[in-house]
Amino acid sequence: MIPLKAYLVLSALLFGIGLAGALSRRNAIMVLIGIELMLNAANLNFIAFWRFHPGTEPLAGVMFVLFSIAIAAGEAAVGLALIIAIYRHYKTTNLDRMDSLKG
Amino acid sequence: MQAAFFIIAALIVIGGLAAMLVRKLVHAVLWLMVTLASLAALFLLLGAQFVGFAQILVYVGAVAILIVFAILLTRNSEWAKAGRLASPSWLVGVGIAGLATGCLIASILASSIPPGVPVPPAASVADIGQKLMTEYVLPLEAVGLLLTAAMIGAVIIAMPEDKRG
Repeated sequence: MIPLKAYLVLSALLFGIGLAGALSRRNAIMVLIGIELMLNAANLNFIAFWRFHPGTEPLAGVMFVLFSIAIAAGEAAVGLALIIAIYRHYKTTNLDRMDSLKG
Repeated sequence: MQAAFFIIAALIVIGGLAAMLVRKLVHAVLWLMVTLASLAALFLLLGAQFVGFAQILVYVGAVAILIVFAILLTRNSEWAKAGRLASPSWLVGVGIAGLATGCLIASILASSIPPGVPVPPAASVADIGQKLMTEYVLPLEAVGLLLTAAMIGAVIIAMPEDKRG
């Protein structure tokens, strides 16, 4: 039987991959993909804990993940709209060139 | 059961790594879809059927397609040619991420969570629907409102400035 910690370690690895990508890639869309990976790592934690340690509320973990997926979808829509608006203004998705506010 | 977990875990990690490392954006989205679909398989393996299918519908179906559209609407030819993919301070970013992951894994391995036995899942789709319409109806409505606001906001943000009126 797979122990709970294996799921948690897998989730931590996925979170680390997403964080590394979000912090180091130069393309705004790649940063968004990294954030999606991090959100999914959190969802995996919810489901693993729900499966191994159900509390008094048997469906709480599933409900958390469903709302988290819905909010992540809204976040992706707004984030991509922002990227398109910024692209229209700067003609690039390169984050290093979006430096108007740099002092 | 064990073999299935290790295959799916390998697919998740390989898909995530490839998504972050490949040069072409469309390939990155395809690798992201591999990771998301494997996660859905893992949810099914853990007994969360509804979440697994919601993951396929929302992430593999909608979010990945949305990202593909964003890639098509922005010209990204400069990335296909030679040129650095990572920002100049990428070493700092990867270092921070590595440090965070190391801390997470160390604390997971050192923690004294009771191992716990996986209980047979008692969550049928009918139960989830029942709960969503009774106990969780207020959060459900709030999420509906949030998604409507996000949709209208996304359309207005992405609209050309001279058409906003």
